[in-house]
Amino acid sequence: MTHQDAPTASNRPEGAALLSEQRRDAMGGEPPFVPEPTGDSRLVASIKDAVITAAIVAGITLFFLAVRSDIDAGGLVLTLRPGLWMTWVAIALVVRFFLSYFFYRSAAPISGWLKTVVMPTKRGVPIGKTVGIILLAMALTLPWLLSTFLPGQNRYLLDLAILILTYVMLGWGLNIVVGLAGLLDLGYVAFYAVGAYSFALLATNFGLGFWVCLPMAGLFAALWGIMLGFPVLRLRGDYLAIVTLAFGEIIRIVLLNWYDFTGGPNGILGIPKPTLFGIEFSRGEGGFADYFGLEYSTVHRFVFLYYIILALALLTNFVTLRLRKLPVGRAWEALREDEIACRSLGINTVNVKLTAFATGAMFGGFAGAFFATRQGFISPESFTFIESAIILAIVVLGGLGSQLGVVIASVVMIGGIELLRNLTVLQQVFGDNFDPTQYRMLIFGLAMVAIMVWKPRGLISSRTPTVIYKERKKIGADAVSQGEGH
Amino acid sequence: MSVAAQQQSDRTPLLAIRGVETFYGKIQALRSVDVDVYEGEIVTMIGANGAGKSTLMMTICGDPQARAGQILYRGEDITRLPTHDIMSKSIAQSPEGRRVFPRMTVMENLQMGAILEDEKDFDDDLRKVFDLFPRLKERRGQRGGTLSGGEQQMLAIGRALMSRPKLLLLDEPSLGLAPLIVKQIFEVIRELNRNEGLTVFLVEQNAFHALRLAHRGYVMVNGSVTMTGTGAELLARDEVRSAYLEGGAH
Repeated sequence: MTHQDAPTASNRPEGAALLSEQRRDAMGGEPPFVPEPTGDSRLVASIKDAVITAAIVAGITLFFLAVRSDIDAGGLVLTLRPGLWMTWVAIALVVRFFLSYFFYRSAAPISGWLKTVVMPTKRGVPIGKTVGIILLAMALTLPWLLSTFLPGQNRYLLDLAILILTYVMLGWGLNIVVGLAGLLDLGYVAFYAVGAYSFALLATNFGLGFWVCLPMAGLFAALWGIMLGFPVLRLRGDYLAIVTLAFGEIIRIVLLNWYDFTGGPNGILGIPKPTLFGIEFSRGEGGFADYFGLEYSTVHRFVFLYYIILALALLTNFVTLRLRKLPVGRAWEALREDEIACRSLGINTVNVKLTAFATGAMFGGFAGAFFATRQGFISPESFTFIESAIILAIVVLGGLGSQLGVVIASVVMIGGIELLRNLTVLQQVFGDNFDPTQYRMLIFGLAMVAIMVWKPRGLISSRTPTVIYKERKKIGADAVSQGEGH
Repeated sequence: MSVAAQQQSDRTPLLAIRGVETFYGKIQALRSVDVDVYEGEIVTMIGANGAGKSTLMMTICGDPQARAGQILYRGEDITRLPTHDIMSKSIAQSPEGRRVFPRMTVMENLQMGAILEDEKDFDDDLRKVFDLFPRLKERRGQRGGTLSGGEQQMLAIGRALMSRPKLLLLDEPSLGLAPLIVKQIFEVIRELNRNEGLTVFLVEQNAFHALRLAHRGYVMVNGSVTMTGTGAELLARDEVRSAYLEGGAH
């Protein structure tokens, strides 16, 4: 690590130290002169890249695209499709040339261009905040936007938005445990399950409504968070991950086998829908549409559910952002950084861990209760390990501790999986029997590998400081952003 | 000899370590260690690598806890208290290896030091730390992990000072630092002691600097205290010179 600062009165170097610093300064100047590559060589190099890429694509796709065997009456029939094959090779050639010429071998590489976008803008407003406000505005007006611009797919897209928001909320909840407190939790779905079953059981056995059960579901989940927290207090890293993974499975298996209480694999049916101050979203007299003099539409309930999950998710975000600025939130982050240093500052790490588990679990419980009311039916099948993995992947890919990153990762991952269902284009390429959704895990994995290679700390790896010095005149975005990576 | 050191005989020590023995499993790291630190003093413990200096420091902080003996702070037995309870008693520590929070900014690191303190004192304390270490003020928005070793040490001490300690425990503040920076940091410790009356217990390998700074010193060999005296006395002793200072004096 080298630091070349203007010497201040207190650290002005003397004698030999001065000499060595001057020598270091002299050597640490401009890098050796490298002649700028000329335009011609750039073109040639790009063409070379493109040809190599095209050749690789031709080789790989030869057996997938150029030849095709079908089972016919008389056995296997071979069909040749040179046109299709050549088309893809040509696409690879052109795309690679374009990428090479304009980005990879360009004098102003794309990475530099990306950096200028990610950096704070001139006025000192971080781009993240701007994006966040735009996303929030979009989220608030989404039902209206959908009904105006995509009336045909309104219901389907709203349902998808609800699903994505559920994962955003779960991601934000897990972000408290994993992103802020640094406790790797592979069993987060357990709290989701506890929340869902708490609500479902309270509703079906005692006839309680959604709004009464929601805080109770959160409390139950927080309680389970503390119960998980106690035995794992001394564990960190891999060991913690294994125990939490086991915890998630234990909850699921108990739910599966405790037939009398949970209904076992049959799950719980007839979970009530949420009401708006007692008004149900049903057809006929006394329903929402009737009460407000609207024409009955099934979309109303979806819009209502959408706003509930949006409010819950925003609550999670708001609480997290507030807590980060309070001692408990700062202690979470410090715990992630260095547990020993935390203790040497007089922080009770036991309490800090338990509050992190409890707070994260509580939001998982809220999300679970919402999930139950949205589905109207729950069974242990909804709470398998893959759910934990997806939520954790959202948090990690988004960038540990980044709230905006979670949103982007949720939209990409949940939306992306859904998008694969609709990619009928691929069926024209790979034949009618090709089901894109069957490959979603493969694509999912590829995307994760790609992101981890490209951005090993997640999509948004910068961390917003929670405090800046009060002397505003000097400190600005420039001082804050100095600490880029380490 | 300082005034504080002269008065020590008729006062109870701020920190008293009595016959402390610490084990790592079956291995004994400390053998009946006795140390007294009086209010207003700078006391240093010097010794070679693996002598048990840092173990003593950690034992004072309760991690690991002493298996035998007693540690008294202002006459109160703190031997069996959990670390966080000890550290919330006007004792502050700059741990070995500095341990600043790498992804948190300098400001946030300092704020962590004051986490148990009243918020209204924060600005005053911050100004004091920035006066002591102007470099930290320059770097206040920068992440801890991006600071140089010397700056990280300043931050670790600054963070410890933010909790308004009466007793400051410093574990090898000179570790891996350029001589110039070591000098600067030791100068700040002296200043704190002189101007604020801060009591300092310093564990060091850099015997020359530590003994020149300290009012009194102890020498530790293989987990036992073998010598004690004023800083100047120890510096003059042949055993100390040959064991710790030959070729080591900067």
